[in-house]
Amino acid sequence: MNPAFAVSVPLLGLISEPVSVAHYLVVGAILFVAGVACMAVKRNALGVLMGIELVLNGANVNFVAFASPYLQAEGGRSIGLDGQVFALFVILLAAAEAAVALAITLNFYNNHATVDIDRADDLKG
Amino acid sequence: MAEFLITTVGLPASLAWTVTAVVAAVLILNVIAGGALVFIWAERKIAGRIQDRLGPTRTGGKFGWLQSLADGIKLLAKEDLMPEGADGMLFRLAPYVSFCASFCAFIALPFAFDFVGQRLNVGVFFVVAVLGLEVFGVILAGYASASKWSLFGAMREAAQVVSYEVPLGMCVVVPVMLAGSMDLVTIAEKQAGWFTNWYLFHDPFTFVIFWVYVTCAVASVNRAPFDLAEAESELVAGFHTEYSGLRWSFFFMAEYGSMFLVSALAAVLFMGGWNGPIPVASLLGLSEGTGDTANYFTRLIGMVNLLGKATLGVLVMMWIRWTLPRLRIDQVMTTCLKYCTPIAAVMFLGAMLWQVALPGGLVPGMGRPAGEIREGWLPGPGGGAASASAPAIVVQVTP
Amino acid sequence: MNTLAGGLFAMFEPLVASGLALPLAGVNWHTFFFLVFAAVACGFAVAVVAADNVVRMALYLVLSLGATAGLFFLAGAEFVGAMQLMIYVGGTLVLLVFGVMLTAQAPFVSIKSTAGDRVLAGMVGAALLAVLLQAALSVPAWRKPGAGRVAEPAATPIGMALVGVRVDAPEAGAPAINRRPGYLLPFEIVSVHLLVVLVGAAYLARAKRRKTPRAIEVAASVEPAASVAEHAEIGRDRSRGSSVLAGGRS
Repeated sequence: MNPAFAVSVPLLGLISEPVSVAHYLVVGAILFVAGVACMAVKRNALGVLMGIELVLNGANVNFVAFASPYLQAEGGRSIGLDGQVFALFVILLAAAEAAVALAITLNFYNNHATVDIDRADDLKG
Repeated sequence: MAEFLITTVGLPASLAWTVTAVVAAVLILNVIAGGALVFIWAERKIAGRIQDRLGPTRTGGKFGWLQSLADGIKLLAKEDLMPEGADGMLFRLAPYVSFCASFCAFIALPFAFDFVGQRLNVGVFFVVAVLGLEVFGVILAGYASASKWSLFGAMREAAQVVSYEVPLGMCVVVPVMLAGSMDLVTIAEKQAGWFTNWYLFHDPFTFVIFWVYVTCAVASVNRAPFDLAEAESELVAGFHTEYSGLRWSFFFMAEYGSMFLVSALAAVLFMGGWNGPIPVASLLGLSEGTGDTANYFTRLIGMVNLLGKATLGVLVMMWIRWTLPRLRIDQVMTTCLKYCTPIAAVMFLGAMLWQVALPGGLVPGMGRPAGEIREGWLPGPGGGAASASAPAIVVQVTP
Repeated sequence: MNTLAGGLFAMFEPLVASGLALPLAGVNWHTFFFLVFAAVACGFAVAVVAADNVVRMALYLVLSLGATAGLFFLAGAEFVGAMQLMIYVGGTLVLLVFGVMLTAQAPFVSIKSTAGDRVLAGMVGAALLAVLLQAALSVPAWRKPGAGRVAEPAATPIGMALVGVRVDAPEAGAPAINRRPGYLLPFEIVSVHLLVVLVGAAYLARAKRRKTPRAIEVAASVEPAASVAEHAEIGRDRSRGSSVLAGGRS
């Protein structure tokens, strides 16, 4: 059975429910999968970098959803400040990693005159 | 305003919030558009006078009052061009991105104690963050115009704005540190009273930081002497070379909106915001808590006060523009990295040490309003349980 | 003020009475804005995958991450939302767009991948999405709507936590934790990390003096690759009739 069909029906049901943590998790999942697909499909090195950013943002959405006091149901527990601080650190580290990845990409571009990652096969056996 | 609509007028809650939001958005839009109208005329008059000529004198009477209106009509009527090699979607989108960034920052800017679009706890952070997003419109415009000059201008401007965000952030942190909150309303409220309460006069380090802020703010909005992106004598018009008519006027409104915003931000952070050099409202006996009408008039006076200070800032920026020669790109970067950033860092350190040594300001206790400031930074509900392990963070101003 | 109230009342009362404003009256703005931001974020994320032109991909990514910042604000994480806007969108993505501009030469602006790659990635993506959605939708505790709690301002507790002092209270139902750990050590580690990254990126991107020309210079001299500037010139030539800069024929 098509897995996409199996989840799209409960997804449509979600739209009519009031906003809860599950809504945010769905958004996070879509961002994450879009990032993974971007990393897999793109041949431009900068496209792969964009995929990495999307993946990290999907994770951030999850953290913030669990940390939100608004979405916390009665009797439930939100992880409160921990989630927000975690999301903060993810943002910082994503910025650091993007800087280094871009430096590597530009070096590659200067040395090989291309950003096509399929041409990065110097070490191929 | 929403509570007023719900209780007095009897509207259902979400409709009341909708009306409040629409009214706030329309008011802010009018501030930007009306401000741009006035500033265009002011710029031409000031430019004329500084250059020993008269400026517009024909449209609408002796002083050219309607010159802005005539300009607007001309821009609306211009032919809508797009270069043939241009990326259509990006070309059309760029002016709106710039304008949206400039407009969104006004959401968190308070005009008086309760006259704020959305009172954010992280107001300062939000305003500085959104101001930095204007650079995307510029880059898109430069790239999508398919023209060498546009691209060069756009890249120069992007490098400049992004570099100056660093010292700007450091300058902005000093009033936050002095006030103990990133909430713009709180920062302005702490400077209530006479002008001696202003953070500008709080300590010499903050005074220097104010001037560094002015430099960084002028560089951030790409006004002369930092206006290489639109250097008329070199790049024709930089990133908006290929734009004409209404699209160009959006860039223009974004620029004037940003100028007004950084001036208003300087007023709120360093010059007391809506609290004037003279506390007119309390001298008139109209302080908060004496009834709805008195509250409203206090806030109205405060808003006029803030608008006046912001306009003064914009006029000073225009004055600087037509007086100083333009800086080269390497001079711009040198100013940022070799002068503004180290000075801002040292002054920040100095202000921090001053705050530890002499918490009351230049002369301890000089004119600071005594008593507890409303909505200082208290921990949230349940903070009592944690206070055993945390130091007390209730703000008490000792007389 | 009374005239203002009277005017507003006169304006809106017939609207409400006639039922025209009922759709507006019943709108749950929290849900509405959540749906708007979520649609923009997810839609533009998918557009990043689908687009071929790398500059448009960068624009779609900016819009997607901006909408994510909106989601953060809606969830009550104001500090994280402002940080996302300032650092992620205003810093990291500007860096990315710079990189795109520097390498956006005509042959590289749109590099298509093979159809086989895309089908495979599509299948893997769909399977991963199904697994994640199944996990997200399966826990009933996560589907319950919020209990209407009010968020406390987050900037001060985050600041204090980063210095090592936790001031947010333990939850009522949580096991008794006397002293929750602060985040001083991760804060210091991240500071050193950023310093290392700054030095490393500056080193990697330094201008190197070479005896032999770089590959990019060789490529530029051997075959006139249509750089962005030259691409712009071609564009300018074509637009000569309409551009003011023409200075020639017109």
